[in-house]
Parts: sequence; C-alpha cells; structure tokens
Amino acid sequence: MAQEPVLAVESLRVEFATGDAPPVVAVSDMSFEVHRGETLCIVGESGCGKSLTALSILRLLPRPYGRIGAGRVLLDGRDLTTVSEAEIRAVRGRAISMIFQEPMTSLNPVLTVGRQIAETVMVHEGLSWQDCMDRALEMLRQVRIPEPERRLHEYPHQLSGGMRQRVMIAMALACRPRVLLADEPTTALDVTIQAQILDLIRDLQQETGAAVVLITHDLGVVAEMAQRVLVMYAGSKVEEGSVEEIFDAPSHPYTRGLMAAMPHLGGGRGKRLNEIPGVVPALDARPPGCAFAPRCMQAVARCHAEAPPLVQIGGTHTVACWAHGQGARA
Amino acid sequence: MWSYVARRVLATLPVMGVVAVIVFLMLRLSPGDPAAIIAGDHATSEDIAQIRERLGLDRSLAEQFVWWLGQLLSGDLGTSIYLDRPVLGLILERVEPTLALSISTMTFAVALAIPMGVVAAWKAGSWIDQSIMALSVLAFSVPVFLIGYGLVIGFSLTLELLPVQGFVSLAEDPVGFARHLVLPTVALGLVYTALLARITRATMLETLNEDYIRTARAKGLAEPRVLILHALKNASVPIVTTIGTGLALLIGGVVVTESVFAVPGIGRLTIDAVLQRDYPVIQGVILVIAGVYVLVNLAIDLAYSLLDPRIRY
Repeated sequence: MAQEPVLAVESLRVEFATGDAPPVVAVSDMSFEVHRGETLCIVGESGCGKSLTALSILRLLPRPYGRIGAGRVLLDGRDLTTVSEAEIRAVRGRAISMIFQEPMTSLNPVLTVGRQIAETVMVHEGLSWQDCMDRALEMLRQVRIPEPERRLHEYPHQLSGGMRQRVMIAMALACRPRVLLADEPTTALDVTIQAQILDLIRDLQQETGAAVVLITHDLGVVAEMAQRVLVMYAGSKVEEGSVEEIFDAPSHPYTRGLMAAMPHLGGGRGKRLNEIPGVVPALDARPPGCAFAPRCMQAVARCHAEAPPLVQIGGTHTVACWAHGQGARA
Repeated sequence: MWSYVARRVLATLPVMGVVAVIVFLMLRLSPGDPAAIIAGDHATSEDIAQIRERLGLDRSLAEQFVWWLGQLLSGDLGTSIYLDRPVLGLILERVEPTLALSISTMTFAVALAIPMGVVAAWKAGSWIDQSIMALSVLAFSVPVFLIGYGLVIGFSLTLELLPVQGFVSLAEDPVGFARHLVLPTVALGLVYTALLARITRATMLETLNEDYIRTARAKGLAEPRVLILHALKNASVPIVTTIGTGLALLIGGVVVTESVFAVPGIGRLTIDAVLQRDYPVIQGVILVIAGVYVLVNLAIDLAYSLLDPRIRY
C-alpha cells in the first residue's frame, strides 16, 4: 500500500513496574501498521498482551504500574507516547476510539446511555447539550437500536447484552474516529448477536472509512473480518500477513496450532479437537529463546537458546521462527 | 415513587410502636416505686402520692398504656416533673441548637471528607494518600472532649477569636450564631470527617477499578469529570449511608459536645433530665430521637433510588 498508515506502532514495549526489581515486560518489540478502511486482527491466547497493546495506544495502561517502556505509537505520523496528557485526551474518543469486551461492565450503570454517548461529543466537539443528545439519538439509530428515542433515556441495566455493545459502538463512533480499537467486542455475546455486531462494525467502517484494529482469539472472527492478521504469543508478534497468507500458509507452529484447534464442519464428530499442549509461560518466567519453544513439537536446540527474528517469507508475510528464512534448517 | 414513599412511611409505624412500648415500660418496670424514685430522697409521702396520681401509676398497666398512648398521639409527651412544663415544649425549645450543630457538623465533615477521600483514592499509595489517611487516624483517635477543650484553649482563651461557649439563636443574631457554632462544629466534625474520608476512599478505590471508568477515560474525559461524575456517583450509596446514620447519631449524641460548649440543646436537656430523674422528659427525648432515626433511615433509602437507577421499589 502506497498510502501512509493512519496508525503505526513501532517497536512498542509494555512493562510493569515491580518495586525495586527490574520491570516485567508484558509486550515486547511490537510493530504494526493499519491503513484507512483496513481491518487488522490481532490474534492470540488470553494473556498474550493483545489488550495491553491496544490500551497502550491510548495510554490507558493500568495505573500506576503499567507503562510504555519503549517504542512509538504514530497517529498520522505524530508520536502519541510523548504528547501531553491533555493532547492524548483530545485523541481518545475522537481520533482513536475503543470498544471493550464486556458491554455489561463497560458502561456506567448510573448514567443514561444517551448521556454517556452525548458526553463524548460534548467533550470533543463542544456542541450544546441538546445538539450532543441529538447526535446520541442519531448514533443509536445508526447502530440499529430499536426505539432509539426511548432507549436514549434508559440505563444500561435496562438493555440486553447485544444492545449494550451497540451502545458502546455508538459511543465509540460518535465523533467519527479514524481508528477503532475493538478489544474482543463479541466475546461476551451470544453467537447470533456476535454476527450482528461484526456486521455492524463492518458496515460502519465502510461508511466512515475508519481503520479497525480488532483483537480476538476467535479465528472465525478473523476469517470474517480481517484484511491483515497479526498473531501474538507471550507478548511478541510471531507471525503477520494478509488474511490469505495466514490462512493459506500458516507458518509459525503456534499459528498452525491455533488453526488446528479450530473446530471444522465435517471434521469428524466425536473426534477430540486438537489442542496446543502446555500453557503460556508466566511473564517473569519466559524462556531465553523462542517463548513458544517449550510447547513446540518442532523445537530444536537453537529455539531454546536464541529468540528467532522476524523474517519475510512472502509478499507481506513475516514470521519469527527458526524453521523459516535464514534460520531455516539446512 | 409516591406509593413507595407511602409504603415506607407506613412501615415506620410498627417500629415507632415498639419504641413507644419500650419507653412506656421503662418507667413502669423500673425497680421499686417509680413515684418514689422520681420524687427523690427528701420527698414526703404526699409528694409521692401526687406524682403517682399524675403519672397514672395507680391504674392497671393496660389502662395506663392506653391512656399514655392516647396522650402521645394527641401530641402530649407529658409534663416535666422538675420544671413542671410540657415535655414537647421543652424539646422544641432545644431543637434549634441541636439541629444547627448536627447539620453544621455534617456539612463541615462532608465538605472536607469527600474531596479528601476522592483525592486519596485517586492518588492511592502516594504521599498525599498516606498523609490524608494518617490525619484521619489521628482525628479518629483523639476524643471529642479533648479536641473541644484544645480548641477552646487555643481559639477562645489564647487567641480570643471565638466565644468559649454558649449558643445564640439564628433569628436573634446570625453572626453570633455562626461564631458560636464554629468550635463545637470542628470538635465534633473531625471524627466524622475521618470516618467519611475513609469510607469515601475505600468505595472510590473499588469504583475506580471498574471497567466503566476505563471507558470514561477512553472517551477522552478529563480526570475531574471521571472522578466526580463517573466514579463518585457510583460510590455514593455507602457514602450517603454513612452521612445519614452519622447525622442521626449526631442528633442523638451531641451530649458531650453540648456539655463542653454549654450549648442548650437536646443533649443538655437529656443530661439534666437524667440527673434529675425527670422521667417524662427522658421518655420524650427517647421517643423524639427514635423518630429522627427512623426518618433519617427513610431519607437514606429514598436517596438510594435517586442515586442508583438500578435500585427500584
């Protein structure tokens, strides 16, 4: 793509202070770009650092221990890691919005949904309260909430889970952001509602041209939504490519493991699903070499000793595994 | 809403009924001849007979209760034995100082404690948090009378800024009213400030960890708005409970402070009545204070439904 990326994350490191001990690194050397109208899916198991990556873009890491240790986050070329608190606030909810996993707990229970949407508009666009409420109503219509006039004045507990997530989306898109970070937006919802929410995000993306970073552990969602896919394991990127590259030729053993763990129609009923043996290593107990080596069937001595670099193996396809590129076994 | 209020008001009636029975029995079941106790050591037998007749003690217990309840419902709380004046009148005379002191104390505590608690929770673990919490432990541990006398010595006797004691009615002299209230308010208010600051900090800490606070920040809201509109409103139910019960306790319990500062309020009335064994006054005060507790609790319950839309009736 010739066009400049809207959002570029460069060599980001997220770490947690631990008193006097050296900080624990939760995400290391994370880089990716996302362009206007494009959807990038970040995939990985729980605890691999997907959400932290997203939160660090908006500098919303859990306080007071979480912090960005290194790297840059460029929004249209401007580094968000160094701007003032007031400047990052002006970006949050306006240029970059975020949707969270739990619509049940992510909306304020004591404020009406209309007020919660209108507030974002008021803070960023300084319109009169009435105009902000009008925008909130319009947003509820856009996210296809039935009877929006009534819902506007209701509280989150009066809405269903799917409707609450629609409210979250309405809130996130109220100021027409250029980037939407969606952190597992459908995980907490029924399967039928999931499809509706994904359709909605896609439709609104087409309308507004927003770049979407969709975090998920569900490869079904990836296949449905992504143009590009980034696979994370234990805080690092292990593979990245277009959705075709990743699905046609998954190259990291971890990516292949994720694919194999996906249930298939006609895959033989009653057959056990494949799983990746072992668990993700704890943050402070990561092995010196490739973090996946202890769980990897193909691991060789080098994998345990030295972390593999990212190498390009196709058009836009990169992978961090000794089995590929210069490090490939002879 | 109104039917809820009506139901809650009706539900207070049994409580008040139980209080009335206990207050009634308090005098009748006290050991010995209550009339003799009331009359004191130097009374003649005529005095005792007179008291017995006046209190209706010569009739059966049931008869006495019906008669007493009848009086009560018509607004007659009896007559003070010592002062020979209607109890209700005595209490009403003393309501202004007590109410003024209770309300000013709670206002002082709320105005100081809520910002303290919010800031402490916001900056949890920092030196600001630690100093606020250390101050609150101090304020909580020093007895009210000690703070009271300390303030009198400092501000009244040494600096001569404020009156030592007494009370001036608001209607009579607003400036004097305020000047007389300052020291008792501070003496009494510090404990409540400490209590409220701790409760505010604890509930705010919990609330600030909620997902919706992260959402509020992700929307680009400034911290004061996040803290006050999004967090404090959610944290308000336990805080309001503490304010409410604190106010009820104050109205019933300003005894010590009123004594130290010679404020002629309900607390003083109670102390005098106990010392003089003025049973009708004691009964009246208990009834009125119980009534205040019930009303304050009612007000707290109603406030919940205003603060948190999930609480429905």
